[in-house]
Amino acid sequence: MINFLSKELFLLDPLAIFFLAVIGFVSIPSAIFSIGYMSGESMGKKLLDWALLAAFIISMCLVVTAGNLFSFLIFWELMSLASYFLVVSDYKHERSIQAGTIYFIMTHVGTACLMAAFFTLYNYSNSFDFSAVIQGAAVMPPQIRNVVFLLLLTGFSTKAGVVPLHIWLPYAHPQAPSHVSSIMSGVMIKIAIYGMIRFFVTLLGPGSAWWGALILVLGMISCLVGVIYALMDHDLKKLLAYHSVENIGIILLGVGAAIFFGNLGLGAVAALAMCAGLYHLINHALFKGLLFLCSGSVFKATGLRDMEKMGGLIKTMPQTAFFFLVGAMGISALPPLNGFVSEWLTFQAFFLGVLQSQGAVKIFMVLSAAVLALTSGLAAACFVKAFGIAFLAMPRSKRARESKEVSFSMKAGMALLAVGVVVFGMGAGFVAPLIMGVSQDALGMEKAAGPFHLVSALPPMIAAALLVIGGVIFLWFKFGLRRKQVRYNTWDCGYYALDSRNEYTATAFSKPFRIAFSFFLLPYRKSEKIRDSFYHIRKFTYETHTTLVFKNYFYDPLVRMVYQAAVKIRKLQPGSIHLYILYIFITLATLLIITAVF
Amino acid sequence: MDNIIAVIWKTVLLALAAPLVSGVIRKIKNNLRMRKGPTIFQPYLDARKLFLKDEVVSNNASWIFYAAPVIVFASSVCALTMILAAGKAPLMNDGLAILIAALFVLGLGRFFLALAGLDAGSSFGGMGSSREMFISSFAEPAAFIAVFVLCMGGGDGFRISNVLAGFALSMVALAETSRIPVDNRETHLELTMVHEAMVLEYSGRSLALIELASHIKQMAFFTLITFFFIAPAALCPAWPQFAVKIAVIALVFALVEISVAKMRLFRVVDFLTFSFFVALIATIAAGLGL
Repeated sequence: MINFLSKELFLLDPLAIFFLAVIGFVSIPSAIFSIGYMSGESMGKKLLDWALLAAFIISMCLVVTAGNLFSFLIFWELMSLASYFLVVSDYKHERSIQAGTIYFIMTHVGTACLMAAFFTLYNYSNSFDFSAVIQGAAVMPPQIRNVVFLLLLTGFSTKAGVVPLHIWLPYAHPQAPSHVSSIMSGVMIKIAIYGMIRFFVTLLGPGSAWWGALILVLGMISCLVGVIYALMDHDLKKLLAYHSVENIGIILLGVGAAIFFGNLGLGAVAALAMCAGLYHLINHALFKGLLFLCSGSVFKATGLRDMEKMGGLIKTMPQTAFFFLVGAMGISALPPLNGFVSEWLTFQAFFLGVLQSQGAVKIFMVLSAAVLALTSGLAAACFVKAFGIAFLAMPRSKRARESKEVSFSMKAGMALLAVGVVVFGMGAGFVAPLIMGVSQDALGMEKAAGPFHLVSALPPMIAAALLVIGGVIFLWFKFGLRRKQVRYNTWDCGYYALDSRNEYTATAFSKPFRIAFSFFLLPYRKSEKIRDSFYHIRKFTYETHTTLVFKNYFYDPLVRMVYQAAVKIRKLQPGSIHLYILYIFITLATLLIITAVF
Repeated sequence: MDNIIAVIWKTVLLALAAPLVSGVIRKIKNNLRMRKGPTIFQPYLDARKLFLKDEVVSNNASWIFYAAPVIVFASSVCALTMILAAGKAPLMNDGLAILIAALFVLGLGRFFLALAGLDAGSSFGGMGSSREMFISSFAEPAAFIAVFVLCMGGGDGFRISNVLAGFALSMVALAETSRIPVDNRETHLELTMVHEAMVLEYSGRSLALIELASHIKQMAFFTLITFFFIAPAALCPAWPQFAVKIAVIALVFALVEISVAKMRLFRVVDFLTFSFFVALIATIAAGLGL
């Protein structure tokens, strides 16, 4: 008899506690935010959403504390279902339903892979307990172990949004209410990273180096693809969703490097890489949660998600703008905020890897570092675009002009996360050793002090230097060098009618990138001229789009194949009861023969 | 503590000397073009003039517009300090961490300057911001790898890998300091402007601060490049040597500027990709112990 409810139903080790902390850090501010965000909805809808949100958060807590495969899978499904219902909570819109359906299909493809892997594991351990799984994995033949690894990787990657399984993120995140997007993007996709660390590092035990290399490569691809698509997108929430793909890539760079170095026997480097990955994980939870909440505020105040219609919001919504700026600085890895610390640690891990490894591995590590550098540069460009176009300059629409600052509870939710972004940057000296402890424990290493004297010293020192120099200049300008400031119109080249139509748009801002990456984005344009005569054009419309490579060349053909196969298979079911009885008879006969022969 | 004080006064000294380097480069360029050109102290005179002028601020501008020059200046000085501090530390361990952090700090200034470019709502500013972020994001990988290579070699002695990496970093520095062939500071033509377009709305003391910041940023890059070439990285006892190195770099940059044409924006990608591959070859050389 299979013992589903064993003694080890729950497991609370440092890794689980770390993830519980991540869940708490994002869920609590998001819940506070939702009070203001959901105002105006009917009571019944509010209650339903609150219940679903509670179920969602609790199920995530249960996943990370699950102590056996069976409960893990149950809570995992609960988490997926609760989040599905939250995605479609705005059920009146067809786009919500479509987003929900894509999410539903993708998440179950992932779960199917997980199930297959779990049952294979069970085959060797004869128990669902994690401790038994460790023993079972030890006696597993290497080929089977590799298959299990690939199944688990596919399953978790679907949830994490690793390219090319990221397809559901840009649909589901924008469509969900903002506090839900914040939790889904800030926390839920990290639960998949938890699964990867739990299974690949602690449960399956030492694998092969190529596991780590494969994860690294997937991380690199996710980084670049995510950030390039984010640069092209002008829907604020969709842009953030693509940045989640990018940041999952950065986290995977850390985790993949840890698994890679762990298998090469470079324990110290592995611990540092894992620490960097986990640090980026918690950082991403904070700043992405914050950014989604800010986009929610903007949506609540203006009803807009398209940046091209925003602009000038820094004047009408100063606090939201400030919080968005903090989040944008965090995600662009600007010192001394949190994103900087974790990317900096990742670079150091790569460098240590370069120093301590041989031959081709050196080049591989250098390339990973280069990809990270390019990604962080592109991310900074993307957030200059997002903040600059949405919040600065002149309003580009009536709605943006008439926007008002949001309610207190929404500001409080954003403020909490913004404080987190600052604290995890400046307080790196305190946080990093804690996370190092988690990563050493996960890797099964002795506790040792990491190389953190610089980590604790540098971010506060940078902050102090910037404050001192900036403060001196400010005081000098304020009291020493008093020059008159005249407010006047922006220089308009003598045109005398500068309005928001003259501003640089998000499309224009990203044009150089669209051209530079045209080999991947495959941009195309549509233009239409309506002429009065050869010389006079009455109307001219121009649109430019990029091709969604993965959707057009991978998912669409796949869906078409499924439909075609379905049409063929339908012939099996012509509606004749006699034929169905024949099927049953054939099946029975075949089964009998099989049992008789084998 | 002595170290910190030494680094601070060196930073002050180099920051004060930074406009002079720009003046020297301009003088060399002018003389090579058979012109007389302004004195090498012209950047100081410009700064003084701008500091004493009143300022015009766009009606559309927000606090970002006021904050950006201060942040840009602070980040340039901070990066210079960190590069000097890294020169004192063993490059293998702490030096690399500090140098990489210095590159991130420069990113902070760039981020705010690009935001300020968008703030006034003029199309020039937006164009400049877009191009600046475009160029810098492609420059970043080569810069990071070059610093990696420097630290793999421990930072001293004549090494092929260091020279190659220094070459790659110099190409990045051309882009980052807005020089021909990537950008041209001397014109205000809309087709060629990158940096100048971004700061077009600035005037008076804010503009002075931005100009000084870009001189100091250039000094930071030049100091970093000196680490790559031949003599040991630590520059404390060797002021004359350091001054000579900076002068040589200035001469080379001036020669490059007068002998090549400015590239189209999209050719810059090729230019920076080339520097990336040079840096990658430097890594291979460093791996072979060259």
